[in-house]
Amino acid sequence: MEKANENIKSASLSTTDREALHESKPAVQLFDMSGRMVMDKTVKFVLFVSAILSIIIVLAIGFFIFRESLEAWTQIGFTDILLRQVWRPGQEQFGILAMIVGSVAVTFGAIVLGVPLAVGSAVFLGEIAPKGVRSILRPAVQLLAGIPSVVYGLFGMVVLVPLVRQINVPGNSGFGLLAASIVLAVMILPTITSVTEDAIRSVPDDYRSGSLALGATKWQTIIRVVLPAGKSGIIAGIILGIGRALGETMAMIMVIGNSVLFPKPLNGNPLTMFLSQARTLTGNIAVEINYATGVHESALFATGVVLFLLIILVNGSARWLINRQTQIQTTRQG
Amino acid sequence: MGSVEETMNRFKRVFSISFTLALVLIMITACGQSPQSSENKIFTMVGSSTIQPLAEKLAEAYMAENSSVRVDVQGGGSSVGVKAAGGQTADIGMASRDVKESEFSEFPNIVVTVIARDGIAIIANENVGVSDLSLEQIQKIFSGQIKNWSELGGADAHIIVVSREEGSGTRTAFEEMVLGEDLLMTETAILQPSNGSVRTTVSTTPDAIGYLSFGYLDESVKAISVDGVAPTEANASNGTYPVVRPLNIITYGEPSGDLKLFIDYILSDSGQTIVGDEGYIAVN
Repeated sequence: MEKANENIKSASLSTTDREALHESKPAVQLFDMSGRMVMDKTVKFVLFVSAILSIIIVLAIGFFIFRESLEAWTQIGFTDILLRQVWRPGQEQFGILAMIVGSVAVTFGAIVLGVPLAVGSAVFLGEIAPKGVRSILRPAVQLLAGIPSVVYGLFGMVVLVPLVRQINVPGNSGFGLLAASIVLAVMILPTITSVTEDAIRSVPDDYRSGSLALGATKWQTIIRVVLPAGKSGIIAGIILGIGRALGETMAMIMVIGNSVLFPKPLNGNPLTMFLSQARTLTGNIAVEINYATGVHESALFATGVVLFLLIILVNGSARWLINRQTQIQTTRQG
Repeated sequence: MGSVEETMNRFKRVFSISFTLALVLIMITACGQSPQSSENKIFTMVGSSTIQPLAEKLAEAYMAENSSVRVDVQGGGSSVGVKAAGGQTADIGMASRDVKESEFSEFPNIVVTVIARDGIAIIANENVGVSDLSLEQIQKIFSGQIKNWSELGGADAHIIVVSREEGSGTRTAFEEMVLGEDLLMTETAILQPSNGSVRTTVSTTPDAIGYLSFGYLDESVKAISVDGVAPTEANASNGTYPVVRPLNIITYGEPSGDLKLFIDYILSDSGQTIVGDEGYIAVN
């Protein structure tokens, strides 16, 4: 009873305390507040407008590309654009299948070459590297993201293409999917590395301690515990990399050859498919938009619509995976 | 925990702030721009990237003599040039090929003036042993019927064809004059988006063959003679070199007033001297 009384007392005391605080503070703050409130509201409004603006801009771009492409969809037809591989604007043939395949193939090549490198360097940065090494290595990897794509293209054209040409296969010009995939692999390295490193770092230390306590070596811990735990984040990183690869334009134009070709092996070896020239969806738009009029122009916008949808799909799935990763961790830790 | 999401959020925040800043900057600069002084006559020339460097030189020379006139020269390609003149978004369109029937029917009011002529040179990499080809051989190379230099008396090496992208004035003119109506450019051709990048690609790729405007010809590539005639200005102007195309400017209706004065200047002796200096063939 006494205790209960005391509790009530202290409770009532604290309420009065709080009230007292409440009453005294506004008197002081009211003077201060008006200026700060205005500032607060203005900033809120400006940020709101900028947030809304970016949504509006995305919608406007989507709407605009779609509207411009309508002529192509109606005049040429859905299936004729998406499923045919002959693109000869002079003869009114506008099939973009070869370019869809080109974009997908070069992205696939970049992922095959780039992901092991990127995940490897992320594991090194997140798990193994001492602080000093990390503080040099991480900015160096990030620096790759800052190199303009035209510089990558130039490097590809001057260094990689002649190297690829050394592969002795008739018809191999050096320009093509292989050179383009190598350039892209380096370009997506920083994206995948940084997201993967974040995912690895967000794996709770208890997991590592638990694994090591059970007698696992560091390598076993990384491969069996840390990487599986960060899986969704790593996949999200890879998907963001795919998005970046699909959208790359300038560097691709410079090294891929731009021929509208359905990539095929140059001889009996199916791997020589990657020596074939190709054209990406982005390259198609960039190379031809200067000259396009009428249906041709509209067909290039249709190419843009396909690209837009592909990238929305890819980024959407990355978002979904990132959300899932955080949810899993929240429930695990909670 | 959740540092992936934190990073994303941080990106978003940084993005929205920089976006706002950018918008504000744009508004400030937009407000700060003073209206252009009305004394200056401004002509815009839009179109073919082949004519662009020549047009810039002509504009420069004309502006030096007439300080009250300003000529803005922009690229974009021959089709854009025709469209810009026909749609009156530019005073002068530039097209490095003949204007098509379809374009005349879309813009019936356009007037075409030939300001110069330009040869298209066939070029090959320095390592290619062949230096003379017949028009028919060139036709077969670019349409994909001849695939190996050995068929032309050269080394046993696969021919790498370099071309321009579809719609380019140089390509359209080349197709008209070399391939004719029935043949199509081989689909394995490497496509490069400008005269300059065709030259770079051919000069750095062994066994490569390509074509470009006379104005871009230099020592880095081997110029191929066509039926024994070397691609020189002299041979093009005396009519022996077969691959020559007109460089056109297009106006909406007959040019009049200041615009006419400028076009008259281009066609005058001093204008045509510049045409010759730039490596094109004068029209006289």
